[in-house]
Amino acid sequence: MPPQILSAAEAVARVPEGASILMGGFGLCGIPENLIKALARHGTRNLTVMSNNAGVADYGIGLLLAAGQVRAMVGTYVGENALLESMILNKQIEITLVPQGTFAERIRAAGAGIPAFFTPTGVGTMVAEGKDTRQFDGREYVMERALGADFAFVKAYRADRMGNLVYRRTTRNFNPMMATAGKITIAEVEEIVPEGSLDPEAIVTPGMFVDIVVRGEVYEKRIEKRTYRTTDRA
Amino acid sequence: MKSASKKERIAQRIARELRDGDYVNLGIGIPTLVANYVPAGLKVIFHTENGLLGMGPYPFEADIDPDLINAGKETVTAITGASYFSSADSFAMVRGGHLDLCVLGAMEVSERGDVANWMIPGKMVKGMGGAMDLVAGSKRTIIAMQHTGPDGSPKILPECTLPLTGRRCTDMIVTDLGVVRITDRGLVLEEYAPETTAADVARATGAPLDISRARPMDV
Repeated sequence: MPPQILSAAEAVARVPEGASILMGGFGLCGIPENLIKALARHGTRNLTVMSNNAGVADYGIGLLLAAGQVRAMVGTYVGENALLESMILNKQIEITLVPQGTFAERIRAAGAGIPAFFTPTGVGTMVAEGKDTRQFDGREYVMERALGADFAFVKAYRADRMGNLVYRRTTRNFNPMMATAGKITIAEVEEIVPEGSLDPEAIVTPGMFVDIVVRGEVYEKRIEKRTYRTTDRA
Repeated sequence: MKSASKKERIAQRIARELRDGDYVNLGIGIPTLVANYVPAGLKVIFHTENGLLGMGPYPFEADIDPDLINAGKETVTAITGASYFSSADSFAMVRGGHLDLCVLGAMEVSERGDVANWMIPGKMVKGMGGAMDLVAGSKRTIIAMQHTGPDGSPKILPECTLPLTGRRCTDMIVTDLGVVRITDRGLVLEEYAPETTAADVARATGAPLDISRARPMDV
């Protein structure tokens, strides 16, 4: 079924208390910023958020953390959010840290109907504690389980009315896997275009994975580290 | 020598390990500086795990694009011929053994090449990011770090005391004091920095270090 087209406020109103949500983005790049803002405004609590990072104190997922809406967080690197780091050290939030490639693959596996897989990442470290390990061709691997969620909030550049998504530059990151792994996937986009406007060869997320499309109203696209050069030398 | 120029020297020395055509991932901090010292005539393609192969230099200010960053969250550019992909594809490159070299910082390295660089229990919780996948999957891993901690305590040890990033995953350590190779027979000092001696490096190292073949660093 082609996706519904809703406003950010209408879309996040579907998320119940206690829901788990996959949120795309790497740092602040490619995050569903309008959906996050709407969810903060809506005030839904007791959430489990699964995202590579946790935003910064006053933007992105940081808004949900600061408002006390997040019960548990699954991510790979939370160093940019000082608030979260102190919440972890003071045990105010349940945190699970996952190696980034394992995080990506667990989500991909969930969307692809694969319950578990073996990876060399993390063998012999804390990450492998309590998990099954197995030798294949003389090397040890650790078993990791698929990671899906009740909802996926993804950010794409454009959607057509079929829900097909294309991304821009490095905003793609975790968004395509997450789109496949949410029971309900909400795609926030900068522009909704008619069917036929997107090159079928270039579509990254086919519309089948997308339940709701939201056109983001305002894009701040905050930059974490604004680095630039002034001469031709790198 | 100031610490900034020592960091540059570490980066410069690591850049000499680059081979023509290498696909390379550079971590945050000193490793990032390696890109400034790619030897002339060598084509090296930089991978950044957030989803770009063919990362270029920082943009000019007018060309800054919030949609184009590296894994350190810095605004960057893409070279002609670059490609963008998802995190799953990015880590297929890493884990699948397609990356020739990764350069990472570390808090501790053991004499067998175990690395600890992501957590100090009770003090620092930032997360491992892509480091565990990078050390598990890259064909070669080089660690770039200061040889000792701020208090002079060794960071190269018989065993790491901090939670590990990976086991037996380091090929070489390049520090402000020298170049150490990890071999089946233990640590071998290959080069020592100009203002030091092989014996000084051995004293600053917490594990046995073979200095019999060490020569002055040529940078």
